[in-house]
Amino acid sequence: MSDDTKSVETMDVWVAGTEEPQFSPTDEGAQEISDHESDARLDEQFGRVVEDDYVFDDSVGDEDERMILNMGPQHPSTHGVLRLQIELEGEIIRRTKPIIGYLHTGMEKTAEQLTFSQGGTNVTRMDYLAPFHNELAHALAVERLLEIEVPPRAAAIRVLLTELNRCSSHLVALATNGMDIGAVSMMIYGFREREQILAFFEKTTGLRMNHNFIRPGGVAADLPPGWKDDVAEILDELPKRLDQYDDLLQDNPIWGSRTRGVGVISAEEAIAYGITGPPLRAAGVDWDLRKAFPYSGIEQYEFEVPLGEHGDVYDRYRIRVDEIIQSLRIAEQVMDSMPKGDYRVDDRKVTPPPRARIDESMEALIHHFKLFTEGFKVPPGETYVAVESPRGELGCYLVSDGKARPYRMHTRAPSFANLQALPIAMADSLMADTVATIASMDPVMGDVDR
Amino acid sequence: MATTAPGNLLMTTVDRAARWARTRSMFPATFGLACCAIEMMATGAAHYDLARFGMEVFRASPRQADLMIVAGRVSQKMAPVLRQVYDQMPDPKWVISMGACASTGGMFNNYALVQGVDQVVPVDIYVPGCPPGPQSLMHGILTLHDKIMSGEIVN
Amino acid sequence: MSEPGDAGVERAVEPIVDRVLPDNDVLHDLLEQFDDVGWEVSRGQDLVHVPNHGWLDFARAAHDAGFEMCVDVTVVDWMRSRPERFEIVANLLSMQHKLRLRMTTTAPREQPTVASLVPIWPGVNFAEREAYDMFGVTFEGHPDLTRILMPDEWEGHPLRKDFGVGSVPVQFKESHQVN
Repeated sequence: MSDDTKSVETMDVWVAGTEEPQFSPTDEGAQEISDHESDARLDEQFGRVVEDDYVFDDSVGDEDERMILNMGPQHPSTHGVLRLQIELEGEIIRRTKPIIGYLHTGMEKTAEQLTFSQGGTNVTRMDYLAPFHNELAHALAVERLLEIEVPPRAAAIRVLLTELNRCSSHLVALATNGMDIGAVSMMIYGFREREQILAFFEKTTGLRMNHNFIRPGGVAADLPPGWKDDVAEILDELPKRLDQYDDLLQDNPIWGSRTRGVGVISAEEAIAYGITGPPLRAAGVDWDLRKAFPYSGIEQYEFEVPLGEHGDVYDRYRIRVDEIIQSLRIAEQVMDSMPKGDYRVDDRKVTPPPRARIDESMEALIHHFKLFTEGFKVPPGETYVAVESPRGELGCYLVSDGKARPYRMHTRAPSFANLQALPIAMADSLMADTVATIASMDPVMGDVDR
Repeated sequence: MATTAPGNLLMTTVDRAARWARTRSMFPATFGLACCAIEMMATGAAHYDLARFGMEVFRASPRQADLMIVAGRVSQKMAPVLRQVYDQMPDPKWVISMGACASTGGMFNNYALVQGVDQVVPVDIYVPGCPPGPQSLMHGILTLHDKIMSGEIVN
Repeated sequence: MSEPGDAGVERAVEPIVDRVLPDNDVLHDLLEQFDDVGWEVSRGQDLVHVPNHGWLDFARAAHDAGFEMCVDVTVVDWMRSRPERFEIVANLLSMQHKLRLRMTTTAPREQPTVASLVPIWPGVNFAEREAYDMFGVTFEGHPDLTRILMPDEWEGHPLRKDFGVGSVPVQFKESHQVN
């Protein structure tokens, strides 16, 4: 009881500077103004002087002032389960350490248990935004070891699907890039366009994602009737929608100030760190595997490789938009010139017979049985094949010892290498630019962690 | 709360009202891990709109979420993080295990994955598929809504 | 050709007899500098076999010859089928010459070690950490050789052939109770 009255008393009388406060005032701006304040402090407290504490002043810098901030692994803007430990000095990032492994699936171990034609199901889930590219790298590696060539129609179907996949992957990149920076409508736009492409994939392969369609020997099935209309519709609609994106982002001053000059990676840094794909081309290096080491007949088609100048987030965004346009150009050429013929190689030891033949021929039945239970054997050897995925050089290093299952399958993941550039791109930049930088590197954690 | 009080007519109506409120604006927590996360994002996007169920706001902070959709494969390193996020969610909370990898480990029966997220958190709905299309996910979410409305899942 | 005065280390250079050199100028000049490096063509790709002690020197020479990018470093576990258990493979890329080269070396079963290529190509940092994590091969000179994909306290190296294939029960420890 007596305590209450005492507290009431002290609360009644609070004249600044006259009573003893019951708690020690914190120094983050104590509310009272003491009468022996220096003029400078008085100015500060009265708001006559504004301290800009995010402008870094060398004299303030001190080792003790650094703070380690943990971003992720569960975070809306890290594009999957990426964990970043950021050492901050105020708002400026001094060091970054990406910690990965939160999505490690042991796919390389699983690959040793699956046959070569089942390998596609495994590999396709690595970079899950560009599944056709994973399958293509794997299939090309197996075909290199088998020393077979796929028929032209199969190669053309592969090109069509991988280029449309590049479009859908870049649309996700633009969508998440936009949403992370704040243009939330980009998310809806990007996924809306993607639905059209995914509908075509579903019609062709049966699945919207993770298709297991490009298999060693060709593709799993022929294109459905009426595919030309679907592709023509995509080719019609997508450029108009890209104009919508340009309306939203291209001359937008907010977008420009958040992306220009941010997250810069120079050409020397990019080459030294093994970065490939849009971040490398944004730095001005003209390197695209489709032009340098063409595969699957892509050299027949005319297309350009967009390049950037400054290596910043804006250039990467611009390159992705331009690459969508170039991919649509390739898709149009494929559509116009699709060769007729077989969609898979004729070698009986590799491709299963058509289902109708199984009822008629004993040999076909046996082949089918052996191919799907034991799998075809690949002669011993090793090879490394790389394709240009939307993220960069996606390579498959395959070692076979003569059996039906790979001895060692290793995927060179583009996001794995690109992620090493994050500390470089983020060094000495502001914390708020982190999200923009990560989004522009476009890491897919399934690719990184496998 | 209303669900644990003894039932009489008034409490049943309040109970039903509470259950109705819970289903009509369930906020999912962002726990997209792998390929299923992309399908979850597609479910939230314009074509298969989750906003018509009041669920388009994916809360980044688990403290503000009621539903955790575990979308994707959970690795050994991620399991404690998953548990921690689950623990941070306030009651009532529900978990949907989306996809084959989250439900059972999927095609990856190896050292690296938790074979089924129900070894780490209690799961209410399992949505099969690899990845489940947006329609399957919505069916799973609506099933969860039905179960809550009917009182089967009390949590 | 390594001079005996190389950092005071006397290495026995075992020149390979009857060695065939590639036609390509860049590769020819590169391989001429080393007597103990073998070359072959495997499925249309250039492959060089480097002895373990010469790994870093050859890599440096390759870098100077125009292989600006090292695309990947990985390991193959041959168990008992080869005299040395581990084969370390590095894939190089030359953008100016449009060439690819694969260099391999071996490491023994006990305490497999090889020089790290990080001083030459910083981009193989993560790849070597992954190789260490998955196979247990130590990369000497690597700035931060720690586990990258598995949890830090994990025991064993998963991609070795004697590591079990099946699933492992959930290994996580209790999460911090936050309420």
